[in-house]
Amino acid sequence: MADKNRPDGTGETGRGKQHEAEIRDDDLERRRRDLEASLATRRPDRLEGKDDAKAGSVAGYGQALKLSSEFIAGVVVGAGIGWIIDRLAGTSPWGLIVFLLLGFGAGVLNVMRSAGVVAEFGQGDKSRRDQDDRK
Amino acid sequence: MAADKVDPIHQFHINKLIPIEIGGYDLSFTNSALFMVATVVVAAAFLFLTTSSRSLVPGRLQSVSEMAYEFVGNMLRDAAGTQGMKFFPFVFSLFMFVLVANLLGLFPYFFTVTSHIIVTFGLAALVIGTVVVYGFMKHGLGFLKLFVPHGVPVFLLPLVVLIEVISFVSRPVSLSVRLFANMLAGHITLKVFSGFVVSLSALGAVGVAGSVLPLAMAVALTALELLVAFLQAYVFAVLTCMYLNDALHPGH
Repeated sequence: MADKNRPDGTGETGRGKQHEAEIRDDDLERRRRDLEASLATRRPDRLEGKDDAKAGSVAGYGQALKLSSEFIAGVVVGAGIGWIIDRLAGTSPWGLIVFLLLGFGAGVLNVMRSAGVVAEFGQGDKSRRDQDDRK
Repeated sequence: MAADKVDPIHQFHINKLIPIEIGGYDLSFTNSALFMVATVVVAAAFLFLTTSSRSLVPGRLQSVSEMAYEFVGNMLRDAAGTQGMKFFPFVFSLFMFVLVANLLGLFPYFFTVTSHIIVTFGLAALVIGTVVVYGFMKHGLGFLKLFVPHGVPVFLLPLVVLIEVISFVSRPVSLSVRLFANMLAGHITLKVFSGFVVSLSALGAVGVAGSVLPLAMAVALTALELLVAFLQAYVFAVLTCMYLNDALHPGH
């Protein structure tokens, strides 16, 4: 909320100085546009953060448990698959090593997906289109 | 004796009530099975009795049933569209089972079915099994498009597909671990704080005065556990809807 007031304040002082120097005014215009653009990119994050804060500590606890379980599940499943491949193919320990790393990647993907940072399954294209629309 | 009273894990012990063994497998009727039956009976009896009069202007209990129906119905329609409504009986049963099991577990001396990972994993495996079977039935091999994100360079594709597959397989694990961990942690915390009350009040007058604090905490935690019971049933149902959506529309 605090930084939302700031651009308005600078805008008003800019209008006051308009008669004094036009070069400075152009500069200010440009800076305002930059600020607006950067604010627009940040706005969704901030709104999400606000919602989380409003929901209180219980929701935060739930969120933490959700994200950690997503991550752990990825690593555990990766390690499990690697272990089974080693058992069946006798490639120990390479399957475990490779799939533990892949499971780590999958865990990070799970966390980012459930945090809404990355597109859902099979929708990579769509979310990019949405972002273009927003711009 | 005192240690036995305060043992926070004791509540999760499984006791055989009626030992049954068929073909070398232990199929005994345990306290866990008893509470699963109780959960199903309570949920079914509640829904049946409250909707049996079917008055046009619902009474209090009838409107609770109708609210549960509309809640799950809207959830499913939002997540998976109108096509998803064919899964309504499945999602509604899952939601009611988890919710009633969580709520029954809050009663003192009752067993919490959902605090055992094998139960929650069974439910999650049912969900993911439905998703996989229905996805292949409806879309054939097109269901595999789920694992191929758009716009990924070809030379990265094998790696990305492998990670997507692991991510998909980890879904039932995280789904079951979340429900199980919430119920387990909540009940252990509750038991530990209640145990403080018992062991503090054994210390005489000062202890009794001091035991007010953990008692207040236990009361607050009970309220929190009630919330968690609802919240986890809701989360389980919402995620089920989202996964079913993947089965209905893979690779939008």
